[in-house]
Amino acid sequence: MGIKELWHRLGSPRWFFEMSRRWPWIFGGLALLLLLSGTLWGLAFAPADYQQGNSFRIMYIHVPTSLVAQSAYIVMGVAGFMLLVWRMKLADMVLSAIVPFGMSMTALSLFTGAVWGRPTWGAWWVWDARTTSMLVLLFLYFGVYALRQAIPRQATAGRACAVLALVGTINIPIIKYSVDWWLTLHQPASFTLTEAPSMPMVMWMPLLVNVLGVYCLFGANLLGRLRLEILKRERSTQWVRDVVLSGRT
Amino acid sequence: MSFDSFAEFLAMGGHGLYVWLAYAATIVVVLANVLSLRLARKRFLREALAVVRRKETAQAAATEANS
Repeated sequence: MGIKELWHRLGSPRWFFEMSRRWPWIFGGLALLLLLSGTLWGLAFAPADYQQGNSFRIMYIHVPTSLVAQSAYIVMGVAGFMLLVWRMKLADMVLSAIVPFGMSMTALSLFTGAVWGRPTWGAWWVWDARTTSMLVLLFLYFGVYALRQAIPRQATAGRACAVLALVGTINIPIIKYSVDWWLTLHQPASFTLTEAPSMPMVMWMPLLVNVLGVYCLFGANLLGRLRLEILKRERSTQWVRDVVLSGRT
Repeated sequence: MSFDSFAEFLAMGGHGLYVWLAYAATIVVVLANVLSLRLARKRFLREALAVVRRKETAQAAATEANS
């Protein structure tokens, strides 16, 4: 299939629904496998940190959830762009399907950060650039969610959410570079694409496994919600009626 | 294994409260994401099925009235 054909087919929610039937299960299974092994490895087998002792084990969930919370927002911004430029129906559905996962991961990132901050910094919360910009991300998710609820007309709500999602992506580089641009209590990135990790391999391998796992979880959840959103919006069509009658979703 | 006993594993060198609180919250949030989607799908299917059935009954009643 050529790129152009794929592009046209993405305009058809039905085509996407039918071809993605197994995807949530594949991603979900991978997520379960990766997250269980990464977490067990990180909690019980990785050596304790020489400075932070065992509290550093919170990293194995804090870093993956923080990363995926930002990636989910980027995906939402891209979907917003696609909706505004090409009026793609599927993009609007992605825009609303992504919010619950992104919002909950941002909240989880802030919570695990607070719980890690207490024994490490001596405070549950500090107003430094990293934590504050992450809090802004949470409010952006709230904003997209509230906007959807507040506007009854679907097309208008979709466009409004798309604009907010798109404008909000400016916060993503701010989160990323906050630890370099400002003097923060928050430590710099544990992982970069360009340099070798400063941790020994037994410490960063479980982190890598959990990062991959949480991205699979994101894939599974997004696809599952997207497929439900497709059914909801196309509920009056014959093909959805057939799906409902067959009970096979 | 980085710990000598299960009790030590639970204690996490005195940081047990923080570590387990963070992991417990994660489990709750992940399960909430998975279960809320399952429930929403089930609710949609139930409601949509009811709508289809209602239409079928109405149609059957209409044909009966006509005959």
